[in-house]
Amino acid sequence: MRAEPGLLPIAFEEVSLRAGAHTILDRVSLAFRPGPPTALIGPNGSGKTSLIRVAMALIAPTGGRISWGGREATRMDRCAMVFQRPAMLRRTAESNVDFALSAAGHGRARRRARARELLDIVGLAALAGRPARRLSGGEQQRLALARALARDPEILFLDEPTASLDPAATKAVEELIAHVAGLGVKVVFATHDLGQARRVAGDIAFLARGRVVERAPADRFFATPATADAAAFVRGELVI
Amino acid sequence: MPEGISAWDLVIGGDATLYAIIALSLGVSLSATVLAAAIALPLGAFLALVEFPARASVVVVLNAFMGLPPVVVGLAFFLLLSRSGPLGFLGVLYTPEAMALAQAFLVLPIIAALARQAIEDLWIEYRDEFRAMRVGGAARVGALIRDARFSLVTAVLAGFGRAAAEVGTVMVVGGNIDGFTRTMTTAIALETSKGDLALAIGLGLVLIAVIVAVNALVWSVRRAGERIAG
Repeated sequence: MRAEPGLLPIAFEEVSLRAGAHTILDRVSLAFRPGPPTALIGPNGSGKTSLIRVAMALIAPTGGRISWGGREATRMDRCAMVFQRPAMLRRTAESNVDFALSAAGHGRARRRARARELLDIVGLAALAGRPARRLSGGEQQRLALARALARDPEILFLDEPTASLDPAATKAVEELIAHVAGLGVKVVFATHDLGQARRVAGDIAFLARGRVVERAPADRFFATPATADAAAFVRGELVI
Repeated sequence: MPEGISAWDLVIGGDATLYAIIALSLGVSLSATVLAAAIALPLGAFLALVEFPARASVVVVLNAFMGLPPVVVGLAFFLLLSRSGPLGFLGVLYTPEAMALAQAFLVLPIIAALARQAIEDLWIEYRDEFRAMRVGGAARVGALIRDARFSLVTAVLAGFGRAAAEVGTVMVVGGNIDGFTRTMTTAIALETSKGDLALAIGLGLVLIAVIVAVNALVWSVRRAGERIAG
């Protein structure tokens, strides 16, 4: 699925994001490099979603520097995102993917076959003709993944991809994440679910109060968290 | 109208006067709706998608114009189109063209305001996805119009309903000339004042049937939209 690298590493250097007097991201420095999935974990309001949006260049930071593949300005063609509650276009599942393929620059001749391929990958081939809004939550999340994959992404951001899904739907999405990561796509996902972070992530970035408090390989993070906040979070205590 | 003829006889019997009036009414209202939609749909999309300093004021005025009094619109067009008015050189006062123009102005705010609302609601819903997918400007507008198409058809039909049912505008700029600018609504007003209730009731029945048909169409379009697009 991957072609030439370009966007990685995505490097944050002292990146801040403020809205009025409120600090959303506070001098964040970290990098996303090729490799296994990275989980962004932390309590509500810790800045996970904002960090993803800044990395996707959907919002500009108010301070610091961010670079993609060593460049501060670049085309974001091979960068994709799945939102916590993805908006389904008012058309069929297949047309949703077709639209994403069109936006990614695929010609009409190739789109139909590719849309079928992507629906097959996410297990929705049988529902290709169904209106997307009539799909279940888990199916919509998988359709959003298919749309994201239409960009042939080098890096894929997922914001709480299973937040409101039942265990079976969660399992299906997690398997897809593993499949996509296996194709060489860098996956970065925000989650509240520590179990999911253990199951899926290769490394963890723990955020609290807009800062990256700890960054470590997943096994080490969960076995021996280095900071008091991370230790408390892993124990299931409230971190505010 | 011969005495003893009922409204039902006129409708069923294919009375030439009655059907000429119906044809003119529908022709004028359809022309007005097409003309208004040609301007109102792009205007609605523009207001939904483009930020500019006076946007809020324009939206407020547009919404307020949905309730324009038809006779006032008729008076304004009368002044514009009368021989001494700025558009008097067109020579269209007391013609079906003048009626269509005035009705178009009357229904334009309705179509534009409903279109703006439909497209803006969809844009708010799609905005993040489109930005993440890096969807370009033209593709964005095209997708929004496509996905809002059932709501837009509803807006146009609402405009047609308003045009078909109004009386004040066409009375003032059309003059209610027998066989030339007499529409269903102006004929009903006139025949009622003359006491020819059969024709008035016959026209009333047809007008109600048209309005019911338009609303049935609106309902069907909405149902089709839900079934096809979810």
